[in-house]
Amino acid sequence: MSDQTPEPDPTTSTPESGGTSAAGTATADRPTPPEPGRWHSMLREITTGNALVAVLAVLLAVVVGSLMILFTDDRVRETIGYVTARPSDFFSAAWDAISGAYSALFRGSIYNTRAEDVTTGIRPLTETLKFAGPLIAAGLGVGLAFRAGLFNIGGRGQMLLAGAAAGWVAVEVDLPAGLHLVVALAAGLLAGALWAGIAGVLKARTGAHEVIVTIMLNYVGYYLVFYALSSQSILQAPGSVNPKSSPMADSAVLPRILGDRFNLHLGFVLALVAVAIVWWLLNRSALGFRFRAVGENPNAARAAGIDVGRTYTTVMLIAGALVGLAGANQVLGTVTSGVTVDLDAGIGFDAITVALLGRSRPLGILAAGLLFGALKAGGFAMNASQGIPVDIVLVVQSLIVLFLAAPPLVRAIFRLPAKEAQ
Amino acid sequence: MSEGTTTKITLPAAVAPETTAPVGYKAPIVFGVITLLLALVALLAPQEGDTTFRLASGTDFVEIPEISVPAGPSTWVLVALLVLATAYSLLLTTRRVRTPLWLTTLFAVVAITAFLCWAAAGGTLPVVGLLGGALALAVPLVFGALGGVLGERAGVVNIAIDGQLLFGAFAAAIVGSIAGSAWAGLAGAMVAGALVALLLGIFAISYYVDQVIVGVVLNVLVIGVTSFLFTQVLAPNSAELNSPPRFPRLAVPVLGDIPVIGPIFFRQTVLVYLMYVAVAVVAWALYRTKWGLRVRAVGEHPKAADTVGINVNRTRYRTVLLAGLIAGAGGATYTLVSVSQFNREMTGGAGYIALAAVIFGKWDPIRATLAALLFGFASNLQGVLSVLGSPVPSQFMLMLPYVVTIFAVAGLVGHSRAPAADGVPYRKG
Repeated sequence: MSDQTPEPDPTTSTPESGGTSAAGTATADRPTPPEPGRWHSMLREITTGNALVAVLAVLLAVVVGSLMILFTDDRVRETIGYVTARPSDFFSAAWDAISGAYSALFRGSIYNTRAEDVTTGIRPLTETLKFAGPLIAAGLGVGLAFRAGLFNIGGRGQMLLAGAAAGWVAVEVDLPAGLHLVVALAAGLLAGALWAGIAGVLKARTGAHEVIVTIMLNYVGYYLVFYALSSQSILQAPGSVNPKSSPMADSAVLPRILGDRFNLHLGFVLALVAVAIVWWLLNRSALGFRFRAVGENPNAARAAGIDVGRTYTTVMLIAGALVGLAGANQVLGTVTSGVTVDLDAGIGFDAITVALLGRSRPLGILAAGLLFGALKAGGFAMNASQGIPVDIVLVVQSLIVLFLAAPPLVRAIFRLPAKEAQ
Repeated sequence: MSEGTTTKITLPAAVAPETTAPVGYKAPIVFGVITLLLALVALLAPQEGDTTFRLASGTDFVEIPEISVPAGPSTWVLVALLVLATAYSLLLTTRRVRTPLWLTTLFAVVAITAFLCWAAAGGTLPVVGLLGGALALAVPLVFGALGGVLGERAGVVNIAIDGQLLFGAFAAAIVGSIAGSAWAGLAGAMVAGALVALLLGIFAISYYVDQVIVGVVLNVLVIGVTSFLFTQVLAPNSAELNSPPRFPRLAVPVLGDIPVIGPIFFRQTVLVYLMYVAVAVVAWALYRTKWGLRVRAVGEHPKAADTVGINVNRTRYRTVLLAGLIAGAGGATYTLVSVSQFNREMTGGAGYIALAAVIFGKWDPIRATLAALLFGFASNLQGVLSVLGSPVPSQFMLMLPYVVTIFAVAGLVGHSRAPAADGVPYRKG
């Protein structure tokens, strides 16, 4: 183990680093130069090894994903049987499988090269943005909690509760257009905030570990929403036997921002607004400073007079509202045909990978959300045209995060020199 | 948790909890709340008729008659007992004595009986079937929880139990189908569980990656890989790759004929008997052997362990791999016992319930097993009650283990303290 220099990194565990003094820990994790200007620090981020490692991590994950596609492809498996006799068959089959998969991914996520006109051509890009919206919002929720040292695994439950609340307002409450949407969104944000707030309050009051509480709240939330959707008196569509609500009222649906030809709706813009707000909150506000202080070292923060318990509660409330935005976005924008228990569509967990890939920075989360949104949109296209299951996206996503979390591993694989100690 | 300044708490992103809870008032408070809830339920939704508990199961030495009690009065008698238990717990607490485990267990049993009396009014409750089914449902939870306890005792948080169960189920289906033997399937499941554990080890032990993150991501990875391969490989070749033989139900000769107990505990599949052995061996080995002492030392104070010559990371690797073998065996339950077929995401998050059992059981193999059994009971009860047409919506029964766990981490089980170095990677030097 002598050749690996353990390096400080936000994604690697450093709960015990420093620990001798408050100042020690504050500087051990992240070297914080005295604000050398935004552009300068951004440039520095890119030029240090981290960016390279990130690119290589993505590359590695894609290679593994490609191998999985390759070895489950029927024709490849057929031709590998006589690869020594006619290797050209095998290589052309392999090329077809891989190039087919990735061109489908590109056509499904960026630009459809087979489209008649440009408007149809850029449709995939708008789909990518549509998928990215909730990923960004939920990723912000997870990332913000990370910055305060809390691990919010409860995205699924928060999204479900938020979706159910927003859906309830959209279906059952009668309000004028415009106001209806605002109230429905607010209900979603509030429900998400309260659901996550439970974990925050318990953490603050009793020290109950938020990882456990949020995991458990996922299931409690799932069954609560399931119950609401199966009860005629609460949310179930009248006369229906399925656990599903009525379609959303038109006045509460997020408007499509590029006209009716595209599915992209206002949710993506709201996610961008959320990025800006969280960026301001973390980098410019006193509250955000308290979040970060508690996240870096709660003992030091307490010594400095910060109410750590209240900070935990506050950060979970805000994080829950952000995840709630993703939930409301799903119900009011993406799938308006009615609330179901599947409304989170895996976003609650994807958000964790988004936050990790984005290193819990708002702009990083924006980029990671766009990347994963593209993977999602492209994954569906890959499934439709090449018959490759969408689950490959999950594999690639999780591998990216795993490799990213262990830079020494990536360096070892690519035989890069170990990073010098900072 | 103010024992000392060196106490590093639980999972990595965690920090020292800041509250110093006053000793023990939580137990009587929670007892009181549960008692009050039951009393309210019995008061607001009184049930008519008799509740019948059927204890016989056909092939006993002696036939036990069905026990029939009037639902309303019996519920109230049991609630009165609960009040007594709560009062006793309160009395103990005022004398600064911690509420003992036997009282908690008794309270749980009485509370459950009271609830059953109320919920199954006018119907017949097949007690043997209920408990036997609960045991069968709890098998993967117990194996998973044992794996979790072992890993965390050595200082490695294992959120990836669900991944180990799922990958175990997947491997059991494939290996079992190819080899045509359930035993081979079980072996495959164990190896698969260990494989996930190896990944966990590489990232968490060698590369110091946050263990919660690795666990969560590994779960997603396993879901992705198994679902992908299921659609691409298993589904088209279902006959050759996804139809493993099942373990038959085996009755233990004499023990299986004991009334009530026999059919519940000793007319099960081999996996259940293996579970008994695993629980006993793990509990014994962890507390009574040199190996167990080392594992616990590595989890509590790795530096001290290192100082006396224990190779911390090697011990952690071995323990995590062993835990993976055990959890993988739990996964085999899904494809080699009830349904002999693998399906996408078929564990349905059972690994997270196992994780809950680890915490509810205070990182102790026996208590974690009891917690897992309780959770298995809750999910089986849901099925039985929905057949009886009980007044409780099934979703609330299904919710129960999770709610109980939240109560538990918030303080029902008193000071539930994780091993001190749990989740903290060890850097030598």
